[in-house]
Amino acid sequence: MAEPILEARGIIKTFGHVHALRGANFAANAGEVVALVGDNGAGKSTLAKCLSGVYQPDAGETLLEGRQVRLSSPVAALHLGIETVYQDLALADDLEASANLFLGRELTMGGGRLRWLGILDQRRMRAQSVAAFKDLGVTLQDANMRLASLSGGQRQSVAVARSAVWASKAILMDEPTAALGVVQRQHVLELVRRVRDLGVAVVFISHNMPEVLEIADRIEVFRLGLRVGRFKAGETTVEQLVGAMTGALKQEDAA
Amino acid sequence: MTAQPVVPPEVEQDAPPTLSLTGVPRWKRIAASNVLWIFLILVGLVVAFTVINPRFLSPYDIREAIFTDNATLIVLAVGMTFVIVTAGIDLSVGSVLVFSGVVAAKVFLAFGATTHGLGADDIGWPEIIVGLLAGVAAGTAFGILNGVLVAKAKVPALIATLGTYGIALGASYLLTNGVDLANMPVLLTNDIGNTNVFGQIPVLVIITAVVAVLGGLLLAFTRFGRYTYAIGSNEEAARRVGINVSRHLIKVYGLMGLLAGCAGCMSLALFSTTTLTGHTADNLGAIAAVVIGGTSLFGGRGLVAGSVVGALIPATLASGFVIIGVNPYWQYIAVGMVLIGAVYLDGWRRRTREHT
Repeated sequence: MAEPILEARGIIKTFGHVHALRGANFAANAGEVVALVGDNGAGKSTLAKCLSGVYQPDAGETLLEGRQVRLSSPVAALHLGIETVYQDLALADDLEASANLFLGRELTMGGGRLRWLGILDQRRMRAQSVAAFKDLGVTLQDANMRLASLSGGQRQSVAVARSAVWASKAILMDEPTAALGVVQRQHVLELVRRVRDLGVAVVFISHNMPEVLEIADRIEVFRLGLRVGRFKAGETTVEQLVGAMTGALKQEDAA
Repeated sequence: MTAQPVVPPEVEQDAPPTLSLTGVPRWKRIAASNVLWIFLILVGLVVAFTVINPRFLSPYDIREAIFTDNATLIVLAVGMTFVIVTAGIDLSVGSVLVFSGVVAAKVFLAFGATTHGLGADDIGWPEIIVGLLAGVAAGTAFGILNGVLVAKAKVPALIATLGTYGIALGASYLLTNGVDLANMPVLLTNDIGNTNVFGQIPVLVIITAVVAVLGGLLLAFTRFGRYTYAIGSNEEAARRVGINVSRHLIKVYGLMGLLAGCAGCMSLALFSTTTLTGHTADNLGAIAAVVIGGTSLFGGRGLVAGSVVGALIPATLASGFVIIGVNPYWQYIAVGMVLIGAVYLDGWRRRTREHT
């Protein structure tokens, strides 16, 4: 197998007396959806936060395309091409879809002397947004509408599309479908597949085992701060995953 | 982005079947904006007052009672629009306005301006400009202090600016021993405060218009404005995409302070005195103007144009009531009702929108 695009080795993270990660390993390959599953407190969200630059690990190393990197802040992760999609929709609801797509990365008009004014190039941002949404199959009535008037599924689609447009290496998705209805969930999962086909690694965190088996190409199971199992989605059952999560089924690392 | 062939778009089943990327017609969008409605209310008031008594439209009344007397309020409302769009508030503006005026007046005195008679005619433009710049700088400093308290010290804006409201007022009284510094330089009061261009348009109104237009463009069309909306809409989202929220908030409160400083200088030019007790309710006036103008107290939406119209409505009511012979004290009741109505409407729109 090719070298993983995003890899974590021996990550340790403690909060006071709580050992959230006890030397955890993790790997994600380009062009695959790898699900990160585990019971509450298994350390999957902590690992995701270490990979998105929110937390700094106490020990261990993070590699991007085989090179060691330091994700000192969420912004540092963004600059390295690692985007995060949050469960609670980190979008500005009062702004239109294209403004959200370019939030923090606005295109401005004029070169040289006029640059410092920061005049927004709305036309170019809207056109590029419409093109990006079209490429990804995100259908909006109007890319210029405020997000507040869109459905939850459409808003999460905008969030996923934003990460897809800017991520060059990996996208972390922390329970992106948790707040959605059945139909909307399907649309978002379909979008996740398209994003994967663009060639980035998608790290998909979820509690929903049937959903994980539906969307993931591979599954890495965490328990008590360690990776305890790796599975191929096509060859795995919910029972196996639950067995690994609870410690009934032992595969690797687990003490 | 790295575009690669993807599956053709499907129609979302939970969305209406008529999907397109062409968008809602422009007229519908304008019709849905709060600013249009509040502007129509203003036009309606003007028409009603004029029908009852055509003297309402006399150039003198329009110029003095509506525009000149409210020039400083409009300048404050422009800055307040930015603050409220970030979901903040600034109660200190009236005191900062007074403090800026006091600082400018103190600089005039330090240059040897005499403050007896009809006004100091012994200092020229260079000294006056230095004094005005000092006043604006003092206002900006208070604004930055507000911003640091809100963004860095995490003191709620209501309390932080209530504190600086008292501090700025107290400092003004200490610097003046509680007695207004009057008789400002005649060049300032004559050439800026009480002069009309083309015989009709007061200089202060032109300054106000320039501030309003620049402020409106800054909020609507620049990255600075976009960040202001983004922070008011979802501060955490702004932070996650790498916007330096604290620094931006300090800039927004600093801009408010700068405009309060400008308003202080304009007030000096108009009244030729520091008006220590004349601006205690300016904060509420500016907030009311912004809210009547359709800016949401929850942040994230609003336009400077709305705030300008919102500032003109109380003035129009006051002037109109006088001219049609209604007791002008009714204006407070009418403005209060408009204010409550505007906030109710904003909440109602938010609720209905979230349910669809």
